[in-house]
Amino acid sequence: MRLHARGVALVSSLGVLLAAGGTTVGSAQESHVDGVTGHAAAGKKVYRRYCMLCHGPDGDGAGENAMWIDPKPRDFTLAVFKCRSTPTGTLPTDEDLLNAMSRGFVTTNMPPWLPLSRQNRADVVAYIKTFSPKWKTKTAGTPVPVPPEPALTIQSILHGRDLYQKMECWKCHGSKGHGDGPSAATLTDNKDLPIRPYDFSSGSRFKCGITNRDLYKIFMTGLDGTPMPSFADDIKPEEGWDLVHFLRTLQPLDTPELALWRGWFASHAGELKPIGPGTGQ
Amino acid sequence: MNWWFPQVVRGARSSWCMSAAVTVACLSVALALSGGRSKAYTAYSLAVHKTKAIPAFARKYGLPCSACHTAWPELNAFGQAFRDRGYQLGNDRDSPIWQNPSYIPVTFRITPNWHREGATKQRLDATPGVAGPPFVSGTVTQSGFDLSGMDLWTAGTIFKDISFVLLPSSDNTGAFHFESAFVRFDNLGHNRWLNLKAGKFELDNLVSEKRFLFLSGQGGIYQSYHFLPGGDMNDFGMGDNQLGAELSGHSENSYTRYGVAVLSSTDGAVNLPANQGYDTYFTVSQAIDAGKLGIERVGAYGYFGHRPTYFQTDSGVPIPGTGTGNKPFYRIGVAGDFFFGDFELLPLYMHASDDKFLATSTPANATLPAGAQNAVWNASFLEAHYYVSPQLVFTGRFETVRMSQQAVAGTPGDLGNVDAYSGGVRWYPIMFSRAGLSWHTEVSAVRTRGAAFPTGDVWTSSVFTGLDFDF
Repeated sequence: MRLHARGVALVSSLGVLLAAGGTTVGSAQESHVDGVTGHAAAGKKVYRRYCMLCHGPDGDGAGENAMWIDPKPRDFTLAVFKCRSTPTGTLPTDEDLLNAMSRGFVTTNMPPWLPLSRQNRADVVAYIKTFSPKWKTKTAGTPVPVPPEPALTIQSILHGRDLYQKMECWKCHGSKGHGDGPSAATLTDNKDLPIRPYDFSSGSRFKCGITNRDLYKIFMTGLDGTPMPSFADDIKPEEGWDLVHFLRTLQPLDTPELALWRGWFASHAGELKPIGPGTGQ
Repeated sequence: MNWWFPQVVRGARSSWCMSAAVTVACLSVALALSGGRSKAYTAYSLAVHKTKAIPAFARKYGLPCSACHTAWPELNAFGQAFRDRGYQLGNDRDSPIWQNPSYIPVTFRITPNWHREGATKQRLDATPGVAGPPFVSGTVTQSGFDLSGMDLWTAGTIFKDISFVLLPSSDNTGAFHFESAFVRFDNLGHNRWLNLKAGKFELDNLVSEKRFLFLSGQGGIYQSYHFLPGGDMNDFGMGDNQLGAELSGHSENSYTRYGVAVLSSTDGAVNLPANQGYDTYFTVSQAIDAGKLGIERVGAYGYFGHRPTYFQTDSGVPIPGTGTGNKPFYRIGVAGDFFFGDFELLPLYMHASDDKFLATSTPANATLPAGAQNAVWNASFLEAHYYVSPQLVFTGRFETVRMSQQAVAGTPGDLGNVDAYSGGVRWYPIMFSRAGLSWHTEVSAVRTRGAAFPTGDVWTSSVFTGLDFDF
């Protein structure tokens, strides 16, 4: 009888412990974005409806459609994300993940999931964080500060052009931003898959947004998992904006940067050295 | 992916086999239990498929059916946005120039099925084979294996921001017609509020009859969309695809939508068979993000049309397309699409009126029956879906049509009133990005007031089970 009682107590204790453990893990699997709390359990349901065929049931990017997709779907088990507001090498914020999901990724199979409810998206963010143990041992990085954008001047554009040469952006993105630099053909991502640098002449939005602020963040955070590094330690914040202003002139869009540049270029073209190897500009 | 057999999730082939085996086994049991009770009275033809689902898009983008459909063919918020953008995801890979040349955006859909149709209080010869009178009142039933019509869908983008749909559709004998055919110019001036399409298309109904989850003979239409009072010469049906042009627009997430259409007064029939007039249709809707409940949408619509009441004639024979003596009709109403987690409610209300000349089938150059007046009625339905998972949905619908003013004086006030009930279940054992299969089972019944022989109400009913598949 006593043995039986002890057995019951032991089993009960184990049950309580298991339940407590489950509760602990479950409560850690949340996301928090603008007052909305996402839950992994709910996110799993949404994920399986919308995401699983590409990203796979285990989040490893090996869904049944992955073989047909280029570039390949993100492998969430690595917890490496391109579009962040946080420093390179750190985990993104929940808002970063939600924004990426809402925005989609241009020139990939990842569509903008904006029509889904914010709760659905927050739930998926929480679920995505269950695929890698990193989310249990590390916290998201502190967002990189983005100073106010200074006034657009031709000096800013010209300095940005100098930086484009100096930081050797042209090696990948090409001297005219066509994504055809001498290194372009050799680039691979963190899974050794070929990757193409952004072609500014396409005029499409950037992978991580569409605004000047988004572009600035790309320089300062880098695109983790790709050859695009962070320049946070190499250029000053105001220089980041100079680079933004210059890069906008490479896009065939109706931007104030391009208008200013064209006006200046019409009478000063001869003063510019070409961008590329050996110009030392 | 099959959620219920995780052990075979990774093997598409074994998953298919398992699902197919279970489906066939269950279907066989169901058929054994219910079939073979009566022979067919007359050949019964299921309507041409009215619903739409396009795995060609799933194949193009590598998305599961469930990405765009709550349960195909009904669209969810993402599917609605995709459709509103002109079948484009907006990732700069929508134009066909980005597709593998071997990709052809074509899919077909058909539903082999077994169904039973019944109608009570029908007029029958007292002695079969001996023409009455005398007549007796009796019940007619028909049942057997059958086919639905077939849809041969092709749709997609011709170029960035130019989309198209071409839908040759057949009845179950293989006689084809064009159910839909249009070209749409999307985002005119890079403005998502300006999209223009021309051709034959479904009205932008908030509750789509083309995408709903009912297939049976009685449940496979919205009574509200097609009701006409007895003796009415109007041919209009809200659920019918129409010929014309539509200007539409939407917000970035398609939560706000509008559409305005100008349509030929032919109820979608080709060859200009009626007159040279035009109808107009408008719709507007707004959705809100209700957090954990889901996306909630409400909308309003109005259709204002007219139909000819007589034609120019040659030796007394009407000359097609020369209809004149136009008389007006309208349909106005509100509708909603409300989610409560996995539970969806679709309410609709419609107020309708047909001019007295139409309602009494009287040419405008002739004298109306004494006391004739416009026919006026109200219709409504409440449809419910419960999504156990993207692969299993239970459905139910109650629908009612009530005459509020009969066209002919002395007609019983409730003559023609309709009450309709439908319930069913759809299970999707196959839901890949390249194909879909649903086992659809449905029971429907409709009561029509005053339509029985010799008097009373008629009950018509359908029992339907079939394998609804597309590839």
